[in-house]
Amino acid sequence: MSNHEYDNTIICRCEDISRAELHKWIDQGLTTVDELKRLTRATMGPCQGRTCRQLILQEIASRTGVPISEAKIPTYRQPLRGITLGAIADMKLDEEGKPHEE
Amino acid sequence: MKNKAQVVVIGGGVVGCSIAYHLAANGCKDVVVLEKEFLASGSTGRCGAGVRQQWGTEMNCRLSTGSARDFENMNEELQYEGDIEFHQGGYLLVAYTDHQVEQFKKNVALQNSLGIHSRFLTPLQAKEIVPHLNIEPLLAATFYEKDGHANPFHVTQAYADAARRLGVEINTYTTVTGIKTENGRIIGVVTDKGEISTPIVVNAAGGFADVIAQMAGVELPTYSERHQILVTEPVEAFQGPMVMSFHHNTYCQQSPHGSFIMGMGEIEPHGHEIMSTWQFLKEMSDKITNMLPPLRYLRVVRQWAGLYHLTPDRQPILGSTEQLQGFEMALGFSGHGFMIAPMTGRLMAAHILGLDHKDKDIMTTLNMDRFAKGNLFIEPSVV
Ligand SMILES: Cc1cc2nc3c(=O)[nH]c(=O)nc-3n(C[C@H](O)[C@H](O)[C@H](O)COP(=O)(O)OP(=O)(O)OC[C@H]3O[C@@H](n4cnc5c(N)ncnc54)[C@H](O)[C@@H]3O)c2cc1C
Ligand code: FES
Repeated sequence: MSNHEYDNTIICRCEDISRAELHKWIDQGLTTVDELKRLTRATMGPCQGRTCRQLILQEIASRTGVPISEAKIPTYRQPLRGITLGAIADMKLDEEGKPHEE
Repeated sequence: MKNKAQVVVIGGGVVGCSIAYHLAANGCKDVVVLEKEFLASGSTGRCGAGVRQQWGTEMNCRLSTGSARDFENMNEELQYEGDIEFHQGGYLLVAYTDHQVEQFKKNVALQNSLGIHSRFLTPLQAKEIVPHLNIEPLLAATFYEKDGHANPFHVTQAYADAARRLGVEINTYTTVTGIKTENGRIIGVVTDKGEISTPIVVNAAGGFADVIAQMAGVELPTYSERHQILVTEPVEAFQGPMVMSFHHNTYCQQSPHGSFIMGMGEIEPHGHEIMSTWQFLKEMSDKITNMLPPLRYLRVVRQWAGLYHLTPDRQPILGSTEQLQGFEMALGFSGHGFMIAPMTGRLMAAHILGLDHKDKDIMTTLNMDRFAKGNLFIEPSVV
């Protein structure tokens, strides 16, 4: 595999982030998924990082030489899949303040 | 980590990084920045990214319009490798009560006198700018096309990279645990990674500025408060400006990426809690689907929260205090610290280094002693 092809491998498919792009930021000292996410949008796509989080952890580990087991685990937010603003607006809240559909 | 520095800046948010850069750019390179997590991990990275110049006090107008000039040239000035993504799509502020209409008229007159060419609009004119705006209950609006937004992570990174190139040391994952004083002056900072002796500490700790002040024994008239925000899936561009309502206490913009970002002010207990709530999600959805009806079809992707650090007059506290020599403050941004960080950095650096600046009267006006003196100008236009 030539260097060029290697660099352009897409690590985060949802946001179209290549290995080269991630390495650029890792080399600048951004060595956690949280930091990379904020500068590149990696893990912020529709799958909310389910596909790419582990791959990014591997990239960080291989690039920095720090094993994955010692990496900082990113904050994981449950994606609110499929709920539209309209559907939420149409819901009523129960006594606990939790919404339920009419 | 150095054990001695001319200036130690606490906080690696946009404000701390801007101050560090401007100190170095003015020749003071022996500067250390301390950040307990990573850069922009605090309020900066959680903010709405809005850059507006339509304010209701002279100070906020001047700080924001000066900063907007900086955002316009920032990629070049800081020789940034990335892009700060400054986009000027305007801000449309909407008024629903007679009281707000009167306030907007005053604001526009003030803004125009300071070179901010905002315009007062009828509801129909507002609808020309944002066609999907519900103008049923609307009385008036104001618009300034040079307002907009920028990427907070990249702005912070741009300042940090430029500061590092000039010799500033930035230590992430380093927590300040104490401040050392002697005879009413600063002598050093204690961290979980060791001590640094220094005569000057800058408190730029955002929502934790009160905690840092406590370590130094300085009393602040401020408090922290959670503010929540959510983002939708990206869709094709159809909303140019940020839409903001002080009546609903909401703001909503479409990001360059296509997603809609929206937030809301709520009645909150004071403190450092930043859990997200269902109540916010619900109320935000109720309000925004009423104001901007087509948004009801967008799916919510994420919600999060961050801290505002509020002062009694909703303007920041900048500069020194008689309570402790060498303790410099850039805090209390009251929900708009991102957009005024560039000017804050310039003015704080000039003040700390004793240099002249054409806007240095702002430092005098925004000194903390204004609260003891009374005679405040309270910013009326905040969410
Ligand atoms: C939901 C929301 C929306 C907002 N929208 C906007 C907007 O649209 N436009 C705008 O201009 N502003 C907005 N703001 C306000 C803006 O985010 C803040 O005013 C601004 O980011 C303040 O920057 P800062 O650098 O002072 O603080 P922060 O970014 O909070 O930086 C302070 C840093 O200090 C660090 N720190 C704290 N304690 C310690 C310690 N003991 N040791 C070491 N480090 C420490 C923190 O980790 C943090 O990174 C919003 C805020 C929120 C919460
Ligand atoms: S692959 Fe990265 S967010 Fe989905």
